[in-house]
Amino acid sequence: MSGPNTNYDPVEVAALDPTQVEAAVADALAAAAAADSLDVLKAARTAHQGDRSPLALANREIGALPPSAKAEAGKRVGQARVRVAQAYAVREVELKAERDASLLVDEAVDVTLPTDRRPMGHRHPTELMSQRIADLFVGMGWEIAEGPEVEAEWFNFDALNFDADHPARQMQDTFYVDPPEGGLVLRTHTSPVQARALLERGVPVYIACIGRVFRTDELDATHMPAFHQVEGLAVDVGLTMANLKGTLDRMATELFGDGITTRLRPSYFPFTEPSAEMDLRCFVCRGADPQCRTCKGTGWIEWGGCGMVNRNVLTACGVDPDVYTGFAFGMGIDRALMFRTGVSDMREMIEGDVRFDAPFGMEI
Amino acid sequence: MRVPVDWLRDYVAVPAGARGVDIAASLVRVGLEEEGLHGADITGPLVVGRVLTKEPEPQKNGRTINWCTVDVGSANGTGEPQGIVCGAHNFAPGDLVAVILPGGVLPGGFEISARKTYGHLSAGMICSVRELGIGEDHDGILVLSGRPDAASLVPGQDAIALLGLDRETVEVNVTPDRGYCFSIRGIAREYSHATGAAYVDPALALAAAAPAANDSGYAVDLADADPIRGRAGCDRYVARIVRGIDVAAPTPLWLATRLTEAGMRPISLPVDVTNYVMLALGQPLHAFDVSQLSGPIVVRRARAGETLKTLDGQTRTLVAEDLLITDSGDRPVAIAGVMGGEDTEVTDSTTDVLIEAAHFDPVSIARSARRHKLPSEASKRFERGVDPQVAAAAAQLAVDLLVEYGGGVADAGVTDVGEIAAPTVIDLDPALPGRLVGVDYSATTVGEVLREIGCDVEESGDSWTVTAPSWRPDLTTGPDLVEEVARISGYEQIPSILPTPPGGRGLTHGQRVRRIIADVLAAQGLSEVWSAPFVSDERHAALGCPVEAARARTVTIANPLSDEAPLMRISILSTLVDALRRNVARGAKDVALFELGLVVALEGAQRAAPTEDVGVHPPEEVLAAIRAAVPPQPRHLGFVLSGDRDRAGWWGPGRAADLTDALALARAVTTALAVAVEVAADDPMPFHPGRCARLSLPGGTLVGHVGELHPKVTAALGIPARTVAGELDVDVLIAASDQPVRSMPISVAPVAHQDVALVVDADVPARSVELALREGAGELLESIDLFDVYVGEQVGPGKKSLAYRLVVRAADRTLRTEEVSAVRDAAVAAAATAVGASQR
Repeated sequence: MSGPNTNYDPVEVAALDPTQVEAAVADALAAAAAADSLDVLKAARTAHQGDRSPLALANREIGALPPSAKAEAGKRVGQARVRVAQAYAVREVELKAERDASLLVDEAVDVTLPTDRRPMGHRHPTELMSQRIADLFVGMGWEIAEGPEVEAEWFNFDALNFDADHPARQMQDTFYVDPPEGGLVLRTHTSPVQARALLERGVPVYIACIGRVFRTDELDATHMPAFHQVEGLAVDVGLTMANLKGTLDRMATELFGDGITTRLRPSYFPFTEPSAEMDLRCFVCRGADPQCRTCKGTGWIEWGGCGMVNRNVLTACGVDPDVYTGFAFGMGIDRALMFRTGVSDMREMIEGDVRFDAPFGMEI
Repeated sequence: MRVPVDWLRDYVAVPAGARGVDIAASLVRVGLEEEGLHGADITGPLVVGRVLTKEPEPQKNGRTINWCTVDVGSANGTGEPQGIVCGAHNFAPGDLVAVILPGGVLPGGFEISARKTYGHLSAGMICSVRELGIGEDHDGILVLSGRPDAASLVPGQDAIALLGLDRETVEVNVTPDRGYCFSIRGIAREYSHATGAAYVDPALALAAAAPAANDSGYAVDLADADPIRGRAGCDRYVARIVRGIDVAAPTPLWLATRLTEAGMRPISLPVDVTNYVMLALGQPLHAFDVSQLSGPIVVRRARAGETLKTLDGQTRTLVAEDLLITDSGDRPVAIAGVMGGEDTEVTDSTTDVLIEAAHFDPVSIARSARRHKLPSEASKRFERGVDPQVAAAAAQLAVDLLVEYGGGVADAGVTDVGEIAAPTVIDLDPALPGRLVGVDYSATTVGEVLREIGCDVEESGDSWTVTAPSWRPDLTTGPDLVEEVARISGYEQIPSILPTPPGGRGLTHGQRVRRIIADVLAAQGLSEVWSAPFVSDERHAALGCPVEAARARTVTIANPLSDEAPLMRISILSTLVDALRRNVARGAKDVALFELGLVVALEGAQRAAPTEDVGVHPPEEVLAAIRAAVPPQPRHLGFVLSGDRDRAGWWGPGRAADLTDALALARAVTTALAVAVEVAADDPMPFHPGRCARLSLPGGTLVGHVGELHPKVTAALGIPARTVAGELDVDVLIAASDQPVRSMPISVAPVAHQDVALVVDADVPARSVELALREGAGELLESIDLFDVYVGEQVGPGKKSLAYRLVVRAADRTLRTEEVSAVRDAAVAAAATAVGASQR
């Protein structure tokens, strides 16, 4: 800051000339507008707002003015400096925003690159199907019971009214544990859990049993020596075949969709009387396509066996058949999976190829 | 059971227009499931043709084809001869043949059209029996000229009916309780039940025609000294004799056709007649050559050491329980109801035949058939129950047919001995059907249905007396009658009503735990598989498990699918490795699999499980013995990792799976279940002795092992070297996680960190160092991290340096620097004492 200008110099005072000030402002604003980066803006700011900028120099001259002129010149220069400062601040914000934006653009990556450093694994669809069925029964207020796979013949056959000499017992294609007279088999169905549940839980009882069972079938596209069943048993006062039908219908609808109901056909099983085969309404054609390949045009698909629990079963398990009635049913889970997902070759279920599981998520 | 439709029509009024498919649909309604439809699958025009010319034309491929012209009358619409190329040679001009013309369809949906072949337009086909679906012979075409009615055949006449190709056979599945449906008589009755069509029991007229038993019949002695379950092996034996049968008499065509359609092969008139009667009425017959019988027939149990050469040429050693037909009591001539003996069988020189129509105990027959592995058409019926009242009618039908077609003469003597059991009488509350089925059947309906199926019903309030018909031995209880009411009324009447259970407790803790384990492992990158649980000694040997020790822990299958895998698995890994190998063989490099399943864990000797008759509640001690005989079968988790755990990719190289990954998986599982486990080095097979960790509960209970598989094991199993694996006892984890976890207060006081590097001997487990540090640091220590392990020059040989970060925090205040230092010093001092650690 210079001291009072005692030697008035009209040339230097020209810096305070309104035209000159206006020109300096115009130059400053043009430079700000032209700045295309923060660095250029910074240089322009030094040139137009710095100590040696025309407006700074003009400001310095004010003190040399006669007091009468000071106020007006001061106001003029002050307003000019504010305008320039504002313009630079605005431009700086703009340029910073531009810089930030371009920085993020530069940081962009290819989002389509593979990411499977450690791919997700999979649940087996049979297990998922089993869980789904279990949840369905739990939702109806039933419980899920379980039993061993190496099972006593009494549970697998005798308790279920399979007479040792009845052809039905021979038709089961049973794996016997050595020695064959030792009374142990690989369970041929989940039905022994019925007897276990009646003995252990008493009545009333509403249980579903889901598990692995065994038959002496060679492995091929439609047979497995080990496969999965779901078994249902309800024993209570006053249960009827209508309750059986109601339960099966609910199960069919939940698993295969609205309108998919069941049909009962007379049949025979030692542990039920009356007995029935259970057919499922074809979920592909719903009975409307005589050429349907899934149901062979019949409109129905065989799914399992069922019936009212035989008095002999209740008696063997210590339940009074004159007081309680019950129903039971059993069907293949692997077969249900084939229906639901289109698996055409059962071998794929048991081979353990990871590609079989891969299309399925955690819900089926 | 195959049911020729025209045979069925003999006994029940099947509507004229009803086709096989309609009959099958009716039978399904009453419980006879359709197994198949046979015949009537040819669509014409199939006509009689006369070969006019036959010109052999050798072909470049070495074959000779015949270019024929065939007179098919006006069946082709023009009356001109039909030009047909034929590859067969067993015919000559002038022969009558069967010709299918364009537009016709042969079995299997094979549509015939005029087509260019071998330089000719061949307009149709001269058919072989195989092409027509009536035989197997494909060597030549069917020549009709040899037929007895050849003279009356006219070219152009329809051949479908002529050859019986419009005949249909319905095949149904007969459930094991319905023995009577192994007869046309029974099926016809069921068809009547299903449709209301008029039915006449063919046995009625035959029984009426049969002469009464007399004293001049062939002597038969029922001498079962040792009935099974108190039931006589034979409770009725009818014997009839027809003499002077023409040994050359052929079986009439209609009868042979019916037998063929029913699935049996015509053999000779006497044999065909016995089979025909069995199919018609359900009564198995046996025909003896009277000249070969040396004395009266004695029905008795076998004696030890007796043998019989049966019709199939095999000499069978008999067992005391076998029921035998003997002559004079000494020589066995048949295993009753199962198979006859060779010595007394009817041959092509037999003229005098004894017809046996007997009723045998189902259990006795079932056991003999099973024992001698002789499931026969006869035993199949006896096992399921034959109508004891039909024997005389059946014998009469056989006699009639042998007299009519064999030119024989029936003996006046008629044997009919034995006393059949009184029919079962069932007490029935007429409300029971409604109560059990949920349909409001009126008492009238119940009575009508039961009478319709042949029951004798005495109605008396709510306590009826029902006597089942003789052909329904399966009807013994009220619910059996309920089923009859329901099925004859129609199962479609049953409404659909969801029951209302009292409410359940949801999944069990164990069931939830298993889901968690499987979901955690899937989230960790493992794929779930399941396998058949069958293994072998060789597999146990490959896994380094002593073969005998493995056998002692499991059970053996008496009838395995493969003799190479007769044992139940004792570990999941023993079968899971097959899935690993299969994936690798199919080109997978990085494989991560797990399986949850049962294994057998027998402790001590295998015990025998008592059995019991059906319908009997065993005493508690018997139930306990049954339960105790079932070997323990804990649920295990097995997993394998092979190849890279973290895969190579554009991001860089992969990282091979190693022990730490197996441990991390085990920890993921235990952490998810909030179960604390201890880890210690261990060296059981099949693991690498230096790279195996034992996991146990704090109390010491074994959870399982994880580690790298032993190089010998991977080599023996043919799976990739360095495969890592683990097997955990899920039941232990379930039990250990069954208590609620206690919450811990969270401190919001400032945290302090202290790093220490400790040098210890190389063989000191890191876990021991950490335990010592924790012990020394006391309760101000919040957590501890091992962030570096160094082995090398700076610490010298046989040593390693472990760098830990101690996280120190008080529950309620800011710690002073001296306090934090004191924690560190105490920790280091404790490590020095416990494991000889020195600060680096």
